[in-house]
Amino acid sequence: MNQEILKIQNLNVYIGDTHIVKDISMGFLRKNITAVMGPSGCGKTTLIRCINRMHELIPTAKVTGEITLYGRDLYAFNPIYVRRKIGMVFQRPNPFPTMSIYDNVLAGYQLNGVSLTRQEKDHIVQDALKKAALWEEVKDNLHRKGTFLSGGQQQRLCIARALAMKPKILLMDEPTSALDPKATSHIEELLIELKKSVTIVIVTHNIAQASRISDSTAFLYMGELVEYESTKKMFTVPKDKRTEEYLIGKFG
Amino acid sequence: MIKTNMPLRMVKDKASQGLVFLFSVLLAIPLMVILFYVVKNGLGVMSWTFLTHLPKPVGESGGGISNAIVGTLILVGLASLVSIPMGIFTGIYLSEYGNTKTAKYVRLCVEVLQGIPSIVIGIVAYVWVVVTLGHFSAISGGVALGMMMLPVITLSTEETIKLIPKTLKEASLALGVPYYRTMLSVILPTGLNGILTGALLGISRVAGETAPLLFTAFGSPFMNANITKPIQSLPLLIFNYSTSPYEEWQKLGWGASFLLISMIFCLSLITKGVTRKR
Ligand SMILES: Nc1ncnc2c1ncn2[C@@H]1O[C@H](COP(=O)(O)OP(=O)(O)OP(=O)(O)O)[C@@H](O)[C@H]1O
Ligand SMILES: [Mg+2]
Repeated sequence: MNQEILKIQNLNVYIGDTHIVKDISMGFLRKNITAVMGPSGCGKTTLIRCINRMHELIPTAKVTGEITLYGRDLYAFNPIYVRRKIGMVFQRPNPFPTMSIYDNVLAGYQLNGVSLTRQEKDHIVQDALKKAALWEEVKDNLHRKGTFLSGGQQQRLCIARALAMKPKILLMDEPTSALDPKATSHIEELLIELKKSVTIVIVTHNIAQASRISDSTAFLYMGELVEYESTKKMFTVPKDKRTEEYLIGKFG
Repeated sequence: MIKTNMPLRMVKDKASQGLVFLFSVLLAIPLMVILFYVVKNGLGVMSWTFLTHLPKPVGESGGGISNAIVGTLILVGLASLVSIPMGIFTGIYLSEYGNTKTAKYVRLCVEVLQGIPSIVIGIVAYVWVVVTLGHFSAISGGVALGMMMLPVITLSTEETIKLIPKTLKEASLALGVPYYRTMLSVILPTGLNGILTGALLGISRVAGETAPLLFTAFGSPFMNANITKPIQSLPLLIFNYSTSPYEEWQKLGWGASFLLISMIFCLSLITKGVTRKR
């Protein structure tokens, strides 16, 4: 039943002459949360940006290897299609400053020229904001600018914006690193809830967070995949010495 | 030793402060003198007739400068029509591909264009448009003014877009929005204030230009909305009327100066307002 929705094989990423991601192979199980951990600069962001092809924005980036989505070559698809199926939430909240909360949630549709009826719009907005645990806080102010919200609320707005597109996979790059503990725990609850319908890949520096929410964890070190295990296993008996050192806080 | 020097230092300090103040005041004097004369001679000329009527022939009193007002609006409109879209697109290009070789040459051209004296730009427009069409025209004036606006708009668009965080562009692209739509529907609206400021600065820069219009738009005593015909403009009218020997015309010249300065002043106020909102 639990098949791999996404599979990375022998992925190498070079930016300019620097070899950043080194021969990584790993699969992602459907409706699981996979945590990607590792010291700063080890290539976590670079790795997950290959999955929705955001690395193509860097002119000097070169990728070898294969990524498959449902068994089909990701790079054979149109990048626009890939990005609609694979949503992304960034490290810093980045709502569109010219748009209201309502329009921010709908941005993926409106910017793509999809026309929706008033009812469909209301439904999508309400649904996405509820899933992102933001509805109660903003339901009376939907037409205010998204940038009036607090940092944590903005991040949840960005999550709602990604969820509104009904992605199959959600990539999250340290989504809680700029947030306080309360907003963080909000988002963690939300991720566990979301797992029912979406496959999640989350980059995090927060070891406790990974252990709380993830099913499996990948540990990257200097661009290499050192260990990829079920979270429970890795956090109790890490196989590699570097993983162990990272988990007890020796670096990063 | 140090103690005995203290009073001297304080004197120096006070003296340099005083000097700076003095020069600031001196600087304001020419402006005050200009404003004084323009208001003194021009304000009295203002009237409904002045704004809505055509100039009268020499000898008759009264008359207005409606043809020059309409002409200036048409010239600035023509100039904006070409230079605002072109400047915005060039600005986007420079901010997006600023490190490529082509972009470096384009930026150099834009900067050089900005430094070219307006009279020379007038000659270029003369050779391009007037000689081609065979006669003076509003269009040639619009081209000359447009060339002067272009660098202002291009450079301010580039600066504005460079200041917009990259994460915003990424947010849009990550939603599967195509690149061109990201630029048009996300980046441009976000930088709208800055771009608008650039456009207004460009307009204020050319609204008072005379030199490039002398042998392009040329001037005309008639009301004209045909852009292939010569057209009057406020600065041209000021130039012609103020240097004429007729007192009636000189009066109109002062009135036109007052009007032009007021228009440009309003534009700067609007620009300030727009900038503050950012
Ligand atoms: N656009 C780029 N141009 C050049 N080098 C880059 C670029 N992006 C990333 N790198 C390099 O790639 C390496 C990995 O960066 P990456 O952002 O993937 O690390 P990370 O694991 O996400 O780190 P952090 O935890 O600090 O976010 C770094 O050494 C960085 O200098
Ligand atoms: Mg990172």
